[in-house]
Formats: sequence, C-alpha cells, structure tokens
Amino acid sequence: MIADSLAGRRIAVTGSTGFLGTALVERLLRSVPDCELVLVVRPGRRGARRRVDRDILRNDAFDRLRDELGTDGFAEMTAQRVTAVAGDVAVDGLGLDDAGRAAIAGCDIFIHSAAIVSFDSPLDQAVEVNLLGPVRVASVLTELGVAPHLVAVSTCYVAGSRRGAAPEEPVDESPFFVGVDWSNEVDSARQIRRDTETASRSPERLTDFRDEAHDELGAAGVPALASKTEQLRSRWVDDRMAEAGRARATSLGFPDAYAYTKALGEMALVETAGEIPVSIVRPSIIESALAEPSPGWIRGFRMAEPVIISYARGLLKEFPGVPEGTIDIIPVDFVVAAICAVAARGPVDGPDIVQVASGSVNPLRYGHLVDMVRAWFTDHPIYDDRGQPISVPEWSFPGRGRVKRQLERTGTVLEKAQKVIDALPVRGSRAELAVRLEEQRGLIERAMGYVDLYGAYAECEAVYLLDRLLALWESLDPDDREAFCFDPRVLDWDHYAPEIHLPSVVRAGRVPMRPPARGAESRSTRLRRQVLSPDRQMAVFDLENTLIASNVVATYAWLGSRRLSGRDRLRLVLKTVMEGPTLLALDRRDRSDFLRHFYRRYEGAPVDVISEDAAEHFSDLILARSFPAGIRRVREHRDLGHRTLLITGALDFVVEPLRPLFDDIVSSVLGTDGSTYDGRMRTAPPTGEARYQALVDYADLHGLDLRESVAYADSASDLPMLEAVGFPVAVNPETRLASIANKRGWLVEDFAKSPGMTSRLLPLAPAGRSA
Amino acid sequence: MSNGRHLAPRPGFVLDVDRNSPPIVFHHGEGFRLEKLPAGRSRVIYPAEPLEGLPDPDGAIRDALLNPIGDSAPLPALLRPDMKLTIAFDDISLPLPPMRRPDIRQRVIETVLDMAAEAGVDDVHLIAALAVHRRMTEDELRHAVGDRVYDAFAPRGLLYNHDAEDPDGMVVLGETPHGEAVQFNRRAAESDLVVYVNINLVAMDGGHKSTATGLTGYTSLRHNHNVHTMLNSTSFMDQDGSALHASNWRMGKVLRDAGVRIFQVETTVNNDTFGREGPLSMLQKREWEWSARDRASFLAMQNGLKVLPTRVKREIFSKWRAPYELTSVQAGEIEAVHEVTTANVYRQHLVPVEGQTDILTMGLPYICPYNVNSIMNPILVMCLGLGYFFNLYRGRPLVRKGGVVIISHPTPWEFNPVHHPSYIDFFEQVLADTTDPAEIERKYEKQFAEDEWYIHLYRNSYAYHGVHPFYMWYWGAHALDHVARVIVVGGNTPAVRRLGFQPASTLADALEMASDVVGPQPTITHIKNPPLLMADVT
Repeated sequence: MIADSLAGRRIAVTGSTGFLGTALVERLLRSVPDCELVLVVRPGRRGARRRVDRDILRNDAFDRLRDELGTDGFAEMTAQRVTAVAGDVAVDGLGLDDAGRAAIAGCDIFIHSAAIVSFDSPLDQAVEVNLLGPVRVASVLTELGVAPHLVAVSTCYVAGSRRGAAPEEPVDESPFFVGVDWSNEVDSARQIRRDTETASRSPERLTDFRDEAHDELGAAGVPALASKTEQLRSRWVDDRMAEAGRARATSLGFPDAYAYTKALGEMALVETAGEIPVSIVRPSIIESALAEPSPGWIRGFRMAEPVIISYARGLLKEFPGVPEGTIDIIPVDFVVAAICAVAARGPVDGPDIVQVASGSVNPLRYGHLVDMVRAWFTDHPIYDDRGQPISVPEWSFPGRGRVKRQLERTGTVLEKAQKVIDALPVRGSRAELAVRLEEQRGLIERAMGYVDLYGAYAECEAVYLLDRLLALWESLDPDDREAFCFDPRVLDWDHYAPEIHLPSVVRAGRVPMRPPARGAESRSTRLRRQVLSPDRQMAVFDLENTLIASNVVATYAWLGSRRLSGRDRLRLVLKTVMEGPTLLALDRRDRSDFLRHFYRRYEGAPVDVISEDAAEHFSDLILARSFPAGIRRVREHRDLGHRTLLITGALDFVVEPLRPLFDDIVSSVLGTDGSTYDGRMRTAPPTGEARYQALVDYADLHGLDLRESVAYADSASDLPMLEAVGFPVAVNPETRLASIANKRGWLVEDFAKSPGMTSRLLPLAPAGRSA
Repeated sequence: MSNGRHLAPRPGFVLDVDRNSPPIVFHHGEGFRLEKLPAGRSRVIYPAEPLEGLPDPDGAIRDALLNPIGDSAPLPALLRPDMKLTIAFDDISLPLPPMRRPDIRQRVIETVLDMAAEAGVDDVHLIAALAVHRRMTEDELRHAVGDRVYDAFAPRGLLYNHDAEDPDGMVVLGETPHGEAVQFNRRAAESDLVVYVNINLVAMDGGHKSTATGLTGYTSLRHNHNVHTMLNSTSFMDQDGSALHASNWRMGKVLRDAGVRIFQVETTVNNDTFGREGPLSMLQKREWEWSARDRASFLAMQNGLKVLPTRVKREIFSKWRAPYELTSVQAGEIEAVHEVTTANVYRQHLVPVEGQTDILTMGLPYICPYNVNSIMNPILVMCLGLGYFFNLYRGRPLVRKGGVVIISHPTPWEFNPVHHPSYIDFFEQVLADTTDPAEIERKYEKQFAEDEWYIHLYRNSYAYHGVHPFYMWYWGAHALDHVARVIVVGGNTPAVRRLGFQPASTLADALEMASDVVGPQPTITHIKNPPLLMADVT
C-alpha cells in the first residue's frame, strides 16, 4: 500500500510552490495521513513559513482538505506535519541554515521538483536551476552524510527532438545524444552571461538604451530615464541569454533550453549522486487535474493555456503542427500519483527512470485536440471589449515557417503604423488608437513567441515509452490503483478536453465568458470613485493640456502681441509660430532646458504691464481654452477636503488668477530688478523630476501621504510625479502616456475644451490700447 | 409696399392660417426654418412695423433733461460744483441685438456730461449697472458710451463695471416692509445724485428695476429673483401683474427714504431690428408681402447658412447691429417717467389677441440678453423661450393652462467657458439631478451663489455670477408651471432631454407629439418674434 509504506516518513520537497509541487504536497497531506513534510522554499521577504502558508497552503488545491478538517483543524494539522525550510536550489549548499540542514538530514525521502519551466528563460538561469539544482541537492545530502531516496522530477523531452520511440533510459545512453560535458556547459553559460553583461555596458549600447528610454518616456527627467535605461539594459541581457539558450539547445537537438538543461541535469545528478539512491520521474506536458484534488484544478497559466486562449480570442489564427501528430498531455494528478508510487516503492538497483506520458498508449492526436477546442469555443465563445462574442477561426495546420511569416508580416505593418502615430502629436481619444495598435502588436509578438516556443512541441513526433510506469502500475494493489491512479490508458480525451481542461483554462485565464452585465460599473467609474474618495488627502494637477489647452509659447505670443499694433503684432506671432517645430523638439528633449531657453524672451518686459495684461490673458487665453470638466474636478477635490496643488512650468504671473482654485501653486518664477524681468528663472522650473521633488517636499511639509494622493498630468514627462502618488490619472494622454496608463490600469480622463469654443488660429491678444 | 418708410407704420396683426397662407419663417438660432402651420386652426401674431424715430434725438434728449416729468427739478438745477455725481447705465444685455453707433447711452451720457461740465462738477463716476451679469469688455464699454467718454474716464478709473461682490463697494441701506434687504452700490449710495441712463427695450425694463436691480447684488436679488416671485408674476413683462416689479418698487422706496437721489432718464426704441433695407430686411416683413428680391436673398442666405460652420455663423450674426431709432425719451422722477416709457413701449409692441390656444410655437433667434458676443447655451434657450417669449403677454398667456410650448432652436450642447462657467456646472450637475425650479432653488442656489471660484471669475474675468443660471431657470418657472409639455424642434437631443424637454426633428413631429397632451386638431398660436411684439390677450 502506498499510504502505508509512506506513513511516518519525513519527506523533503523542493518546488512546492509550483504547479506540480503544490499538487504533490496536497496529495501527501491528504492521502498519506502520517507522513511529515519538509518544504524547501525561497524565503522571499516574508520568510519561509509565511511563504508556505500564503503561497502553498492557501491555494484552492487544499479546499478539499480544509473542508474535511475545518479551518482550525487544517491549520493544526499543517502546523504539525509541515516544516518550512528556507533554501534555494540556485545557490551552492542550497542556502540552508543549520536548522534547515538538520531538518533535511532527518528526511527519508527527498523529492526534487524545483525547476525553471519557462521555455524562454535566460540560459544561465536555466543552467543554475535545472542543471545544477539536482547536483546541489545531491551534494548537500552527501555532506550531511545521509542517503535518502532522491526522486528527481525531469521531463520526457530530455529525449530531444527526435522521431519515434523514446524509452525510459538515461540521456547519455540514447543513440541520438550528442556527447557533451555538463560542467563545460555550466562554465560556458556563465561565461556567456559575463560577456553579455560586458557587451551591454559598451558606450554605444548604453547610448542606444538611453535613446530608447527617451523614446518611451520623453523628457521625464534624469532619474526616471536612468532607471528606465538600466531596466532596458538588463532586459536586453536577459533576451540575449534566452537567445543563447535556445541556440545552444537547438544545436544539440533539444527543442529548447528547458529540455536541454533538464537533460544535462539528469546526467549530472546520476554522475554526482554517489551513495544516494536516485529515481527520475519524467512527465510529458502536465495539464489540469483529471480528478485530484478536484477535476480541472490547475495552478498558474501554463504552456498550452495561453496558446488556447490566444486562439479563442481570434489572435492566433493558426498554429503549426501536423494533425496526425501526437500532443503528449498528462494530467497533474497522474504525475503526482506516479511520484508517490515511485517514492513508496523505494529505490531500485541501476538507473531508475519512469516516464509519465500518454502518447504511446493513448495518443491524443493534434487534429483531434484542435477540433475539440474549436467546437468548445464555438459553444462557449469569449467576449471582446464591446461585449461581442468572438468566433474562432478554422485551423489549417500549416507549417511553422508559414505561420511565423504571416505573423511577422502583420507585426511589421502594425509596427509601421505605430511609428507613424507615435510621431504625430495626438492626444486623448486619438492616442487611444495608438494604444490599441500597441496592444495588437504586443499580442502578435506574444503569439509569435508561442509559435517559437511551443511549435516544437506540437511538431514533436517522439513516442515516450512507458514500460516501467506500466510495470509499476501492474504492481499496485486495487486500493492503490483507486487512490493513486496514473494509468494513462484510462484517459478519455473526449471527456477530459471539453469537460475538464478547457473550462479550467478559461477560469485560470480569467477571460470574459459572458457579455458584460448591463448597468455594471465600468472600470473608469470604479477608478473615478477611488480618486474622489474622501480618504484621499491631496490632488495635484499639471496645467497645460491637463486643465487648459494652451502652452507657454501661446502665452508668450499673446502677452507679447498685446501692446503691439498692426504688422508688428502679426510679425511677432508668426515668428513665434514658425519657431514652433524647433521649440517643440527642444521641449521633447528636455522640458526644463526648453523653459529656461524660452523664458529668456521675457528679458526687459515691464513688470507692471505684464501683470495688468496677465489679468486679460486669464480670460482670453486660459479660461477660453480651459477644460470645464478639469476645473470642475479640481473643485470636487476641494469640496471633498482634499488639498489641491497646481505644479506647473508656467510663469507665476500667468497662473496667479487661478489661485482661488488651489490651496497652493508651485510655478516658474522669473527674476526681476523691480521694474522689469531679467528673463532668468529664480529656481529650477518644476518639470520632470523637479516636479516630483516639489511634490514630495510639499507632502512632507504638510504631512500628507502620497499613497493617498491623486495626480493629474498629460505627458510621459510627468511620470515621476504620477508614479509618486497612489492614484495617478492620465488626462488627455499623449501616446506614450496613454500606453503606460493602459498597461498600468490608471484612470484616463478625457477633459476637453468647452464644446462650441474653437481656437483662433493664432494666439493674438485683442489689440490692447495702451493707456 | 415693401418699403414702409413713407407710409404710416402698420400695427401688429394676427393672421389666421388658411390653405393659401405661405410658409412662415421661424427663427432657429443662427438660421431659419420655413414652417407650414396647419390651416384652419393656426394663427400667427405679427409684430407692428417699426415706429418712426424722433427726427432730432440729441435735441429730444436735451429737452427731456431740461423738462423733467414728475417731482423733479431740471437736471442742470440738480448739479453743483462740489457734488458727487454718478451716472449709471444699462449693460450689454440692452438693446438686443446691440444697436448701431452712436448708442443711445452715448447720446444721453454725453449730454449729461456736458451739463455737468457747465455746472463745474468734478467728481463724476460712470458705472455699468450690470448687477450679477458679466463685466463689459473695453470694446463693449466703448460701444455703449462712445470713445470720447471712454478715453476721458476709463483710464482714470472713473468708468467701470459695477461689482456686486466687492465687500467695500456695497452697502445695505435698509429693508422693505416685506423684510427684503436693500443692498446698493456704495459709490451710488454716497453720491449726491445718481443719473440713470436706461434703454427700455421690453416692458420688463426700467423704473425702479434699473437701480434696485442693476446696482445691487445677491443680498437683494434673492428676494425677488426666486421661484415664488416668478410664479406670482403673470407676467413679469406686465408691471401690474408682476411680483418682481412690486418688490423692486418697494426697494425703490427704501432707496428714496435712505436719501438716494435718482434722476431717471428712460428711452424707448422702435423695433427696427433687421433694418427696412439690407440683407436681413425680409425678416421683418410679412411673408406674403415678400418681393422677388426678398425671396431670392432669403434663399441665398439659407443656402449659405447651410454650409457654414456654427462658429462662423455665430460670428456673422454677432456682428449685426440693429438700426434702432429713438422713439421717446423722458427724464425726472422714476415712477412718473416710467409710466410714460411703458406707454411708449406698448405703443410699439402691443398686439391685441383674442383668446388662448392649445399650443404656442416660437422660433428662437441667435441672441438673448445673456449671450451677446457669446454662445446661446441650452439654459439660455430655456430662458429665452419659457422666460422671455412665453411671458411677452398682457392679460393671460397665449397658451392655455395645460397646453404645449413648441420651441424651434438648435439648442447645441455648447457653452462659453469664460462667460458662463457656472452654467456649465449647472447643466452638468444640477440639471442632471432635477429640473424642478423649486427643488433646484432649495438644493443648489446658495452653494453656487456663494462659491468663491465663481465670485472670483465674476469679479476678475468676464463671467456671469454663480447664481445667474438659477435666475435663468426661475425665469421659466411660470411657464413650466403653466404648460404640460415643452417640445424642442431641431435641437441637440441629449441637451434637450437634459433640460427636461422633448426633442422633435420637425414641427410636424412636434405637433404629433403634442397631441398626446392636447388631443387631435389642437389650436396653435405662433408668436413671430423678433422684431419684438407683446400679445395683449383678452
């Protein structure tokens, strides 16, 4: 009996936060009542115990057990039977402390399930975890002087991209294996990481990253650009490493870095295990549970799921593969049961490798799966943003190359369209188009990624033999067969796919399966309610394009032309307008440089005249071009008792008439000799990070919590300010900000000029008659 | 026939529509609609033709100042060198549309100033008596008083807009027996003499209302600009039936008792709104008397207006200056003066009409008192239709109790954020909640009236006071109470619905919709206004 032979044992488990690991822990706790578990988890910030409680035991896999025992009973049982140990398989010695080592030393069985299963992880990370992980486990056990039964979870795909039978034999015994030395592979992966890191720091590359960051954020200020640049650099390195992994894997006949590192990991483990008895369990593609802990249970959004959902959304019109090919799927509870059976049986002499797969005994044909998926989504369509059901496309089983070419073509067109739109000065609802384009492009890119990553699996024509697995099955008594079923022959695909797996996939993918309820609160309404909650403490506003449709250049032209007559007026305004493109470019590069440069023009302007004219300017330019909904929003915040603050690069005398609207105003201030302006700014203009700093200083001074504050701005250059508060609002965002706001789920407001107000072509003041 | 200049002007006229009646021109904002009214049960009230203007306006003005009416000495006798003299005048809301230069106010003020100069008066202030209307711009002031007066007084700060929210500039002079506080412009209160220069376009204007409303603020206005007063003013165009005027007259007495000395100069103009000649002249002719040229220019105008954007149409119409002529001027003691004035207004406007009908139709023009050089927003559409046009009656309303009003106006969802900031919020927030005048008054008036931002904009920019949209809504309270349904033809649907009215795309549809309320075959009156008329309903 499996339960009996495992009863009273202490079992260490790595990877228990993963899909397979969670199911394994649950099954052991539920079906083997007397065993104890030592879970090795990365402690994170909260510590190992909290992590076990939050990330494992709270999972819905344990609902069944929790129902059986009651919440208190469950807590008591897990407190008794589960020990959390902080450790990390990517670190030599597993990063264990003394207590951890002691806990592990007392174990009878060690199930190593930790792995990086992502198919596009950076090469060196996959090597550290998948290749060196098992070696580190073995060496810790050896150091501790113990030899528990080590059950290592691997994958069928270590057999590589081959056609035909793949038996349960060691990797290096396969006739198709290209002999490489695993420790050389480790060294070179680390070397590639070092080289790539170095390459990423070359001046040319760094300049590229900085330009890219600037393209994305605009004139957001030095700190924001620096942090974005570093992020881009690090992503670039990771991308290169993932590419290196794919390349190396393919060169050795593996579909990807995952299979490649897993294969070498098996070899390395067998080589370094010494006295420790090792069993290797190789599942194929693990999918949702058939029955245990509950039908359809799944954790995380895994390999086939995103592909299936992309198809249902109509994004992935085709996916490569041959209809008569086999898609080797195995439910997670079968794998768990097989691991339990292997552990219960104990070590055997010689290489002990068990494959858990379905293809050789109960194949699911790719064409059959596609038919089922199509039929299911035809009956249960996903709904789009507008509440319309999406109809799924016919599948023509093209080759991988054709699919990729199609996707690439679409991607290129979208990319070009987006470049055009990005270059246009569009705002608000028109910028939404850019956001949609970007989303579409993102989806195409992802779809292309799936084809790259998973195409090999759909095209894989290896057949995984199950001799040992079936022998193990034969050895079980009827009770065990009932409790720990892992016989793939019992799987009924026509039941499993439509009744169990697909419903579970759409649940896990949280996709809309019915049209939005009528009268339901929209996301914007919800966000707006949060923004206008009495709990907020402060609302900070940008001015230009957030509250008014004007800018410092128009103001200057207006003020400058007010006291001029006839041709001089026109000349000044035309000159200023002609300079527009240059000024705009300067503004895009660095807003504070632009303001400094531009405000020089006020040199010699008489203070009293400007102050008199600013009052007229308030009505004729500011109010006439104001966004009534924006002004109303400021007033709503005030009525709610929020402190309102205007932070703007505009000049103090320009915004002075807006003072009654705000508790405080931070603006640019020009120096003066008493009667005329000198054209120099007294302090750094509050833009970009200076704006952020002004906000932080202000909040400090008044004891306000920025996490409870709201900020309104229109441009990516305001990012530091927007990111500083708990409730950012993008107002009429230009494309860059629109895209950021969309990604981060920020409230987007379309504040518009009062309908009926059309702007004059030129910002000319009504001819002032100098008194 | 079309040129009435050489003939005696004909009085107003009620046309009974029959099968041979031509389509009637309806004003429709910055455009016009030609509407065929059902024969046999419709009538159209046409205004009287413009009266002849006084041949020598300046002479007449001088004469009026020297020969005052009622208990008053001639103006020169009231002037002395060491006195404080304040000349207050009607603001941009009068006349409509603005008249061609020279404006009557300029003529009167120049004459008054000449007399003041002769008497050696040094301390003279000129104040635009705008109550809680928006401030007048430099151009508008120049138009009203003339460049000479403007340049002599404005730069020295002696010509300015009344500021009802200036804490130092306003004073409460007492209370009426009804408990109405009487607040007044401090400079005017402290002057030895206030000369008020009025243009009496409609019968509502003038009398004590000039000063007791024009030079006051919210403290006083709330006593007579409210729903209760409006429901008891039937109509506010008819002083005898108007609670609004009763309150103003009571306040006038408090002013007099507080020692405020007012020399009232009132003027009337004819209704030559669109000119006897010129591009718009056909608008004040009766359709069956149109010449071929009238028909051609109307068609040309219609086709032109069809293709022009609203902004351009608005600009074109707002440039129109009416060739109004002075028909009377009288000066002296307020009440005596105003009686003569009212008679002169009636002489031009009154049209005898027999009985009420089930439906009243009206075509609203592009302008009302509160959107000169601005946008006629939906609230002003309501006010012009249900406030002004509906109330242009003496005796009883043109439409029966429980009848239907059909308004023709594009009613765009558009606002001028400089002039009407509180209107925008009133429309977005208040009307979204309720359109019931009493509830609006109770729930929202105080908040808007005392709002610091609106007060700031009223005082420092060119905004109507925060409370002003409420008054617009109250102006229609009597009509809302009287009729069962209001339908707007050719309006912006959401804006019309927000007003609480029903949208219809054609007059025929509107009549169909009205039959729910008034039954089939209803009787219809169309008030063909402007040029201005006032129905004397028996």
